[in-house]
Amino acid sequence: MDAAVTTRPCLINVTNCRQAYHKDANADLVVLDDVNLTLHEGEIVALLGRSGSGKSTLLRIVSGLLKPTAGSVTWRGTELDGPTEGVAMVFQSFALFPWLTVQENVEIGLEARGVARAQREKLSEAAIDMIGLGGFENAYPKELSGGMRQRVGLARALVVHPDLLLMDEPFSALDVLTAETLRTDLIDLWMEGKLPVKSVLMVTHNIEEAVLMCDRILVFQSNPGRVAHELTVPFPHPRNRLDPDFRQLVDDIYGIMTRRAPAGPKTAATVVTPPLAMPLQRVGTNIMSGLMETLAAEPYNGRADLPALAASLRYEVDDLLPLADTLQMFRFAVLEEGDILLSDLGRSFVNADTDERKRIFATALREQVPLVNMIRQVLDERWNHRASAVRFRDELEDHMSPDYADDTLRTVIAWGRYAELFSYDEEAEQFGLEDIE
Amino acid sequence: MSATRYPSMAAGWRLPNVWDAAAFLCVIAVLIGVGHVAEGTLTRIDAPGATQITLDPWNLPEYAVRTTLRMFAALACSLLFTFTYGTAAAKSRRAALVLVPVLDVLQSVPILGFLTFTVVFFMNLFPGQVFGLELAAIFAIFTSQAWNMAFSMYQSLKTVPADLQEASISFHLTGWQRFWRLEVPFATPGLVWNTMMSMSGGWFFVVASEAVSVGDNTWKLPGIGSYVALALEQKDIAAVGWAILAMLVVILAYDQLLFRPLVAWSAKFRFETTAGATASDPWMLRLMRRTRLLQFCGERVGDAAAFLGGMRLSFGGRPRTMTSRQPSRIVDFAWAAVLAVLVALAIWRVVMFASQALSWTDVGTAVGLGLITLLRVVVLMILASLIWVPIGVWLGLRPVWARRAQPIAQFLAAFPANLLFPPFVLTIVYFHLSPDIWLTPLMVLGTQWYILFNVVAGAAAFPGDLKEAAANFRIGGFLWWRKVIIPGIFPYYITGAITASGGSWNAAIVAEVASWGDTRLQAHGLGAYIADATDKGDMARVVLGVVVMSAFVVLFNRLLWRPMYAFAQRRLTLA
Repeated sequence: MDAAVTTRPCLINVTNCRQAYHKDANADLVVLDDVNLTLHEGEIVALLGRSGSGKSTLLRIVSGLLKPTAGSVTWRGTELDGPTEGVAMVFQSFALFPWLTVQENVEIGLEARGVARAQREKLSEAAIDMIGLGGFENAYPKELSGGMRQRVGLARALVVHPDLLLMDEPFSALDVLTAETLRTDLIDLWMEGKLPVKSVLMVTHNIEEAVLMCDRILVFQSNPGRVAHELTVPFPHPRNRLDPDFRQLVDDIYGIMTRRAPAGPKTAATVVTPPLAMPLQRVGTNIMSGLMETLAAEPYNGRADLPALAASLRYEVDDLLPLADTLQMFRFAVLEEGDILLSDLGRSFVNADTDERKRIFATALREQVPLVNMIRQVLDERWNHRASAVRFRDELEDHMSPDYADDTLRTVIAWGRYAELFSYDEEAEQFGLEDIE
Repeated sequence: MSATRYPSMAAGWRLPNVWDAAAFLCVIAVLIGVGHVAEGTLTRIDAPGATQITLDPWNLPEYAVRTTLRMFAALACSLLFTFTYGTAAAKSRRAALVLVPVLDVLQSVPILGFLTFTVVFFMNLFPGQVFGLELAAIFAIFTSQAWNMAFSMYQSLKTVPADLQEASISFHLTGWQRFWRLEVPFATPGLVWNTMMSMSGGWFFVVASEAVSVGDNTWKLPGIGSYVALALEQKDIAAVGWAILAMLVVILAYDQLLFRPLVAWSAKFRFETTAGATASDPWMLRLMRRTRLLQFCGERVGDAAAFLGGMRLSFGGRPRTMTSRQPSRIVDFAWAAVLAVLVALAIWRVVMFASQALSWTDVGTAVGLGLITLLRVVVLMILASLIWVPIGVWLGLRPVWARRAQPIAQFLAAFPANLLFPPFVLTIVYFHLSPDIWLTPLMVLGTQWYILFNVVAGAAAFPGDLKEAAANFRIGGFLWWRKVIIPGIFPYYITGAITASGGSWNAAIVAEVASWGDTRLQAHGLGAYIADATDKGDMARVVLGVVVMSAFVVLFNRLLWRPMYAFAQRRLTLA
């Protein structure tokens, strides 16, 4: 870390923070485990990770919206016990009040503090002008484009002159060009010292965004959420995405994020949850076939650099990594230092016709996903070849949150249907063997 | 609102315009009316003219004003109830344990049966004064309005988007500010809609609650309801016509002056972030926005509301973290124990009461009659669906017709069906028809329109590409109905049918008994049973009838409508 920064006053200090959801029967579901974070004045810090790595949870803990299960959070040296005045937040979904005009939305934080109307108008006018919303004061959010709405979200946060600005994936709901404009506008204001904040903490899953904007990046790993790596970005602003050093750093971070992939064979031994309750990511079979075909063809010929692949497919890292992980889990591909390699099994899948593909997939599914095997076994044993999905969901929920359990079960259903290992009746929530073989 | 709007203050403060004068006159007239009525309520009950009315049509405007004011007084009470009860149910987990089921039952209990007893109660509060009677009437109307409004509030508060909640907490809004800035606005569209429905429902009770007899005494509070009652007694068909006309005018007036503008205004609170097609403003809203005086008043009211809502009142300190705070098991347990004791007491009380006055035969009779009424409701729902679904689809698929039909259907739903009873009764008497069959249609007279306008809305919202696909594959005839349009409108149809069937049960009390002068027509059914017991002042049988009817309604909802609604939501909604 930059020595100049560490000597500045410390804003927020998170030590040994742990966030877990209590389950009656089994061990707690750990979302965040032993996380430490110190934030000083004058820096922009990114929390980078995949969805489900607990980075948004950490942001909510820092904002005072959520109290950690264990560990301490101090704000300027005193224990944090609720939303504090020095922190303002920008939301991924904008979270604007649809019945308030732009100006009323911006003023809401001031109003809550009891600021007099004249003063409110003066401050909001300044914030609106600074963020480029002049002329839109009387518009309602539904009249605005996504980019303009997020500008309102920014103005609303900035108008209270917070010491710390929190941003929860602020640009991920916007299209590429709009997001880029907002990023550069924000960085310009920051560099010119016009931004009335001392420090910024942002959550993102976009590696390039983190490298483009931030001074420091905390890379999170999933299951449980943990800070896997911390790096400093040494480049001065304005940064150039095409600069070789910039590219190298992006590449390195891809390497870090894939190396820590939890489902890989190397880490399998350290996974404590039973394999039956392995969380699965919702990846469709079409997209798997598509990626394998792309990898097999020119120009990749079986090996691709992940950042380059993401760029050419216009995929966010959050879309590409689960896909790559899943291919690796099925042994269709191998991940190596930010590269993805198609395996022999993957090649034979690509060269097969539809029925043969289904057979290959079914074999891989039964070998790698114990839950599928178990469902099929239960169905074979039952006289009526039917089984309720509820018992499998209950089993999963002992080891993961209901949302994850639901995702995992849905993934298993979709994969099992494609592989023609079992059928599923949505109305009755039952697995069955109708129309199979 | 496609026209460009120029800033309203650009022209500055000019002389009031013609509209101002008109508006001013209206305000004065309303004030005089309210004053006059308030005067009436404070007179003694035996004063001349206090509880006697005449059939002179010239008195109708005054009666109409008094009835309308009663309804709005009840509406004010309902709003108060909604904001307290609905909020309490949504905010406290433990309170919700009791409040939500109670509300659910109250919604389906025909309070009409208890009218006599509430009248006695309120008259004892203010002995010898008209005020007691007025309160009893207002209370009766209140019981027809409050429940669905409170439910709408509860459901809205339960579905406030999480990100807006987080935003308001992280920007330090106090509980009070959050309530008025986030929760009430979010609940507004649903609440306005339910208020409209409540007003229509209230008319049903107006007719029953203004003319009350307790023992040998009969009082008629000046109002349209009493006027109708008297007209029926004296077989004066012309007077019935006048009453219908007066009611039409009143409903049209508050619909145009109040509810259309309210609905248009509340659209701004609808939680959608995309700009939808906006309907043109109703004339009253335009008037209010363009008339300087009204606009000025409106802005002052808005400012005052903003000031009140913006006050930094907080209950229970500043907002804390929304932690998954472990609820105290001990308090939970204590609460459950208290509830168990209360329920046990209630059961004991009911058993004691029932065993003195009722036998199992009575229960059997009531259930048997309930089955007859159930048969009526089922047959009527099927008939109404067979008639209105095809018509609704036809209208809904033709946008021009849909736009014309929608307000008419909504207006018909708002019109109290019991006013249309006299012609039916006359016909039945004249042709010597069987009351068991021919009184039945009265039950859906007012409620069938809910099916119509929901189906129209559903068909109008049916996606164009699906229509084109159906045409492209030459899907026609019965197949088109079965596979294309019926599933497409099903969620809308269910919404309408639930409302219609609930209303029909309530209407049974009024519809299964009808009288015209000395002629009294009575059908066999639970509604007639309750009405009969009420006339005789037989408390035990009223209670029994009401309990059995509530049980039927609740079971009907739980076993039929809820599963169908859930199915429609799960499978037949177009994502």
